[in-house]
Amino acid sequence: MLAVKNLHKSFGEAHILKGISATFEKGQTSLIIGQSGSGKTVLLKCMLGLHVPEEGVIDFDGRIFNGLKEKEKRQIRKEIGMVFQGGALYDSMTVEENIMFPLKMFTNDTKQEMLKRVNFVLDRVNLHNSNSKFPSELSGGMKKRVSIARAIVMNPKYLFCDEPNSGLDPQTAIVIDNLIREITQEYNMTTVINSHDMNSVMEIGDKIIFLKDGCKEWEGTKDDVFRTDNKAIVDFVYSSNLYKKVRDALLKGE
Amino acid sequence: MTNFEHIGAYFLMLKEVFRKPQKWKVFWELLFREIDDLGLKSLGIVVFIGFFVGGVVAIQTALNVDSPFIPKYLIGFATKRSMILEFAPTFMSIILAGKVGSYITSSIGTMRVTEQIDALEIMGINSINYLVLPKVIAVLLFYPILVILAMFLGIFGGWVAGVLTDLFYTEDYIMGIQLEFNPYFVKYAIIKTLVFAFVIVTVASYHGHKVSGGALEVGRASTKAVVWTSVTIILLNYFLTQMLLG
Repeated sequence: MLAVKNLHKSFGEAHILKGISATFEKGQTSLIIGQSGSGKTVLLKCMLGLHVPEEGVIDFDGRIFNGLKEKEKRQIRKEIGMVFQGGALYDSMTVEENIMFPLKMFTNDTKQEMLKRVNFVLDRVNLHNSNSKFPSELSGGMKKRVSIARAIVMNPKYLFCDEPNSGLDPQTAIVIDNLIREITQEYNMTTVINSHDMNSVMEIGDKIIFLKDGCKEWEGTKDDVFRTDNKAIVDFVYSSNLYKKVRDALLKGE
Repeated sequence: MTNFEHIGAYFLMLKEVFRKPQKWKVFWELLFREIDDLGLKSLGIVVFIGFFVGGVVAIQTALNVDSPFIPKYLIGFATKRSMILEFAPTFMSIILAGKVGSYITSSIGTMRVTEQIDALEIMGINSINYLVLPKVIAVLLFYPILVILAMFLGIFGGWVAGVLTDLFYTEDYIMGIQLEFNPYFVKYAIIKTLVFAFVIVTVASYHGHKVSGGALEVGRASTKAVVWTSVTIILLNYFLTQMLLG
């Protein structure tokens, strides 16, 4: 289980995170949602150790991340997989080299063993015949798949995704969402997704945490989203007429 | 950030650079790639500039030595001394600061703004050590070779210029370049080259690693890196000359 307790983070005068506490369970896909500027990315970066919070605790299965030495932090980081918004694939490496990179850095596997693992994860994300392509030759959806493959190649315990389906067409976005959910359940990972895509919320959100102005405004499951009276989340989720109609229909029991 | 804070952050970065590589096998691979990218790919410009600078120095010296009391072999002597002491180490380093420095800043800066550096850090890799150390070692190994090559080509270029313009005779030129050869001057040039090479890579890497924003900021950082590297080289050239030759 991953937990954050009373997390505070400021940049100069701007107080971005104002005492956020949340838990993220194993085998579940947890989504952090909220408007732009609500602190989602800062929260994710604090959990990943890219930002240091002024106050609060980040707890990886009993290991308090922000109290550890750099060497111990690196050990935890090896258990983390990350899918970046833009993929963050290494431009100078092919797809195969990108995915093989963590294996080369942290294992003593032979080239053949590494290749077997790379092909296995590429197969898992349904990406075939792309081993020798460079990131510049891939479509947005393919980049996301490679990024997911790289994130899971080391069998991580924790998977973080920063807006995994931004910039994708609706069909590909659903495929990527489902892939993340399947992988989460298959590997029993703790998955945290930062998103403002409402389709993702409704499709894969085992747990939803809604942030507003740096505070946790609401928390619940995707089913709770339809029943909540919290004005802030209702305004956020049902800003689209389509979702308003879906909610009305559900509440009327149609 | 103030300039003092930048200087402090630069030295903190150096502390991270000189840590043991996390995986030696990967380090060697990167080192050979950097020797190719930063060294071998600079060979063309070093050959071209070295040859023509030597030619220009020889022609200018010949045109200024018009007194019959000044022996013609001084043209070869002056060309040799200028190439060894100043043009090969300093001039080449300024050129390489532009070529290699901007390449390093833009490549690391692009990695920063496209979150590739974040990806390294999240994996538990010390990004500064991983990206900068192979570059530092590559240039420290290869730039002395480039500068010695530039010295030879400059002296050769001076002779070719003399032959083509008939400003001096080959015999005089050969006598001049053989006159009073002091091996310490070559050592001095190599020491300067090593210091300048270190500055080129580390200052450029610092500016690349600190970028935040987008493509425009990467471009600005590249320009800033070249300016600061050139200024540092010129200042260090003054102090090193005073220390080693004064």
